[in-house]
Amino acid sequence: MERLLEVKDLKTYFNTDDGLLKAVDGVSFYVDEQEIIGVVGESGCGKTVTQLSVMQLIARPGKIVGGEVIFEGRDILKYKPHGEEMRAIRGGKIAMIFQEPMTSLNPVLTLNQQLSESLMLHLKMNKEDARKRAIELLRLVGIPSPEARIDDYPHQFSGGMRQRVMIAMGLSCNPKILIADEPTTALDVTTQAQLLELMTEMVERFRSSLIIVTHNLGVVARYAKRIYIMYAGKIVEEGTCKEIFKHPRHPYTIGLLNSVPRLDTVGKRLVPIEGLPPNLTNMPDYCAFLPRCPYKTEKCRTSPMPDLRDVPGEGHRVRCYVDIAEVDNVTVK
Amino acid sequence: MLSYIVRRLLWGLVIIWLVTLIVFFVIRLLPGDPLLIYLAQNQDINSMPREQIDALYREYGLDKPILVQYANWVFNLLRGDLGLSITYRQNVGKLMLERLPVTLHVGMTGFIVSLVPGVLVGLIAAMRRASWIDNVVTIISYTGIAIPVFWLAYILIYVFGLRLKWLPIAGYVSPFEDFWLSTKHLIMPVICISLPGIAATARQMRSSVLEIASQDYVRTAWSKGLAEKAVVCRHILKNSLIPIITLLGMRIGFIFGGSVIVENIFAIPGMGRLLVGSIFAQDYVVIQANALIMAVIIILSNLLVDISYGWFDPRIRYD
Repeated sequence: MERLLEVKDLKTYFNTDDGLLKAVDGVSFYVDEQEIIGVVGESGCGKTVTQLSVMQLIARPGKIVGGEVIFEGRDILKYKPHGEEMRAIRGGKIAMIFQEPMTSLNPVLTLNQQLSESLMLHLKMNKEDARKRAIELLRLVGIPSPEARIDDYPHQFSGGMRQRVMIAMGLSCNPKILIADEPTTALDVTTQAQLLELMTEMVERFRSSLIIVTHNLGVVARYAKRIYIMYAGKIVEEGTCKEIFKHPRHPYTIGLLNSVPRLDTVGKRLVPIEGLPPNLTNMPDYCAFLPRCPYKTEKCRTSPMPDLRDVPGEGHRVRCYVDIAEVDNVTVK
Repeated sequence: MLSYIVRRLLWGLVIIWLVTLIVFFVIRLLPGDPLLIYLAQNQDINSMPREQIDALYREYGLDKPILVQYANWVFNLLRGDLGLSITYRQNVGKLMLERLPVTLHVGMTGFIVSLVPGVLVGLIAAMRRASWIDNVVTIISYTGIAIPVFWLAYILIYVFGLRLKWLPIAGYVSPFEDFWLSTKHLIMPVICISLPGIAATARQMRSSVLEIASQDYVRTAWSKGLAEKAVVCRHILKNSLIPIITLLGMRIGFIFGGSVIVENIFAIPGMGRLLVGSIFAQDYVVIQANALIMAVIIILSNLLVDISYGWFDPRIRYD
């Protein structure tokens, strides 16, 4: 079966003063029609840059240096970033919503102006139709009395409301894929839950696929069908949501799981992952997680960065030499 | 909004009162006597009868104690009388009415000319950052900021007036008399007034655009698939003009300050020229009136700038 979106061996590098920064270094993943996936990793692991590369929204000094992004059978990386074809996909077929609802809306334009412009551009609506549709969208995402509020400016809305507007904006042109980059990080916890619920409800209604990018495994646990764990510009583990949570096999994934509160382990201390994420310039040849890894062996030190390898479980792959399932569970505190 | 304007105008009155205080007393701290300067230019003071001189002092009210002089001046001001010029032996209000339109004509033309090119050039430089266009704009605008106006004026006069003989080197003609000639007279003064403005606006605009272009909402705009033109015109331009407005408000002040130099070099009979002449003659009344009018214009233009913020930035509320 053909994938809706398939990213193959994507490489995005930043040419910085300190040297070449490999923000995304050979990332592959896919999304099927109407599927929800999660991309999880801590700040600076390249998860956002990966998604921005899919949209070809990488600003200098960043550059996509390799790989393919196959969308509906065509490699869209072959399109010019500001060319006609790429712009038709951006916002029209693949939409993206961003982390900071407070700053992601233009402060000097009304909601109507900001919502209508995509509708007029991609769906060729006229002004009145676009306005009607914009009101409709605002109602769908739960903005009270949208007819009255459509001419308001972003600063007249709370953070949660603004993120609802962003969701409406993202879905306005009925995209095939919605990429949500840390959609709830800046919001308080109750609003987070509401918005996740709303977002998944909306993508179902619009028959879109959803890519949730987050640092919080808890956010994707409930909704994502499959999960990709990223570390230092590479995917270190991938598999179905169930597999990842039940049988995590990468030390980093295990660390992530131990650092989020869980209902089934009430009373236990949260265990942070020791150390700091690596500096992405001048990466060593060996495994990037090695300095922080509690399972490291002699082989890890002397061998190059491991490849993703299949492990038992549906679609489960892991980038690690150690078979953690065979190491006793006691070490996992 | 209305109450805001009223409040600002009331504050403006307070400022104007402070200006009258400062101007009135500071010029009287200068050594010298305006009446004696005036008389000395025309006749031999020593041979003049004492009574005649005393009569002149009385005529101008200069015989009274300084505080009474101040009170008289302010009182006359409130009645709309700016006083009698010592050197010109004329009502200052009339003098100003002749000269203010000239200064406004030259100054506002310079101001308007400096608006669009500065904004446009800065925008282009920012959107093509680190390209040759950006480098050229940077060099030219630093040059523009650094060049002294008087030096530029003499270079222009030498090149276009004396060598090429394209433009008249000095003087002023009202546009109602002869529009074409008036415009030819205007070209060099306007270049001198607007060039520093264009350069400064271009610099400010460039950095403002660069800052706005990296904002999250501009990334949102790109992610909608908008073309560059739409992103720039709809999302970047309006936001990056906000700091420019501040700069423009200050430029209005510079125009009147700059008119002193430009009007003197190009022999333009405006307020700046009158001011310099009056300072040399220590013509108190004219200096006071001149400073007062400039203060009023600057206060009003600043108010206008502050109100126009609201149009550019809906987050600003006037209350």
